[in-house]
Amino acid sequence: MTLDEIKAKVKPFLFKYIKKPDLKDDEDFFASKLINSLFAMQLVMFIEKEFKIKVEDNDLQIKNFNSIDSISALVTGKLGTQGG
Amino acid sequence: MAELKKQGNKIKCLIWDLDNTLWNGTILEGDTVTLRENAAKTIKTLDSRGILQSIASRNDHALVMDKLREFGLKDYFLYPQINWNAKSQSIKQIAELLNIGTDTLAFIDDEPYERQEVSFSMPEVMCMDAASLDNVLAIEQMNPLYITDDSKNRRQMYIADQERRKVEESYSGPSEEFLSHLGMVFDIYTATTDDLKRAEELTVRTNQLNTTGYTYNYDELNGFIKSNNHLLLMASLTDRYGTYGKVGLVLVEIGESAWIIKLLLMSCRVMSRGVGSIVINYLRNEARRRGIRLLAEMIQNDRNRMMYITYKFSGFSEISRDGQTIIMENSLSDIPPYPDYVDVRFPNFPQQEIIQ
Repeated sequence: MTLDEIKAKVKPFLFKYIKKPDLKDDEDFFASKLINSLFAMQLVMFIEKEFKIKVEDNDLQIKNFNSIDSISALVTGKLGTQGG
Repeated sequence: MAELKKQGNKIKCLIWDLDNTLWNGTILEGDTVTLRENAAKTIKTLDSRGILQSIASRNDHALVMDKLREFGLKDYFLYPQINWNAKSQSIKQIAELLNIGTDTLAFIDDEPYERQEVSFSMPEVMCMDAASLDNVLAIEQMNPLYITDDSKNRRQMYIADQERRKVEESYSGPSEEFLSHLGMVFDIYTATTDDLKRAEELTVRTNQLNTTGYTYNYDELNGFIKSNNHLLLMASLTDRYGTYGKVGLVLVEIGESAWIIKLLLMSCRVMSRGVGSIVINYLRNEARRRGIRLLAEMIQNDRNRMMYITYKFSGFSEISRDGQTIIMENSLSDIPPYPDYVDVRFPNFPQQEIIQ
């Protein structure tokens, strides 16, 4: 799966929760905002289900989830090591 | 000593069948149905104990609702599932709508077939024969340890939630717009003896948003509020639709150079309000102001992953791990401001004796 294909799947999910149509790929949507536990959980579960990967405890760092670019990079890395 | 939570303890919601369980007769066969002896008393008593109730009945919705209204019982049932689906499916739907675990549900039905269907698909649900209706109130799982103001008002609080959900669904804008509309007041305060029954109840009832699952009894909690080495905080939330009650608890062990969060829990009803993070942020700010470290214990289980993620996304990282037991430390940097949509009230704190 290419980076663009991954982004194409991540974006519709994010835009359900983040009503910011001009969100840039490298824009930190958690910056200066409090974490809503439910959204954080839904985001992780979406990634696991959509890409059939397991997000390990070590991966659960905000820098892996705070932008479209970082999520896509995490998924790419995981698909490389876990297959999928 | 604190002990780890045992599975399958108290019942949070009893789900009723109707024909020949709640009432005598089958409504669709044109019977003149009459309430079974003790049915109304059982419903009202469970309600006063803070046990929620719902319905899983294969029936005609309008007919049944009219009958329940006639009996003066309609308002006691949350999210009644009156349809032609398998009862296990209705029960799953109720658990989802109430946002409670299926292992805290009980189901009463006169048909062995229905009970078996539910047991087969959800063995964790406590199934009861309608013949044992007279015994329901005496069952240990139907008797909460304490009846608090929060338990007495529980049904009302869930009804207010139903209202909020309807309004939330009508909001197409950013979720912050909806949150602003709620006008939330979040009050973090140091616990007093008046809070201890509810505090104990929270440690027993809360599974998902619970960092360690430690349960404490009244005497232990009373010890913490008197101890100079502990800080026991409670949190309550109110909005324009009413109160959510006392929804959160934090126990902090106060050391000379560090605060250790032993337990942080939040009621599932406030899962999407961001208030757990407000509490964590408050503790981060306090630790930073005092120039001490902020540590947290975490015991992972199959239900509290959301809390692990919340900690990790709020500046905590693991510093040691022994099986499922983790010690985390907060970086105390990049602490976001409190959100505009909540009016946060902080404890009258520091108390003199706690300042190191």
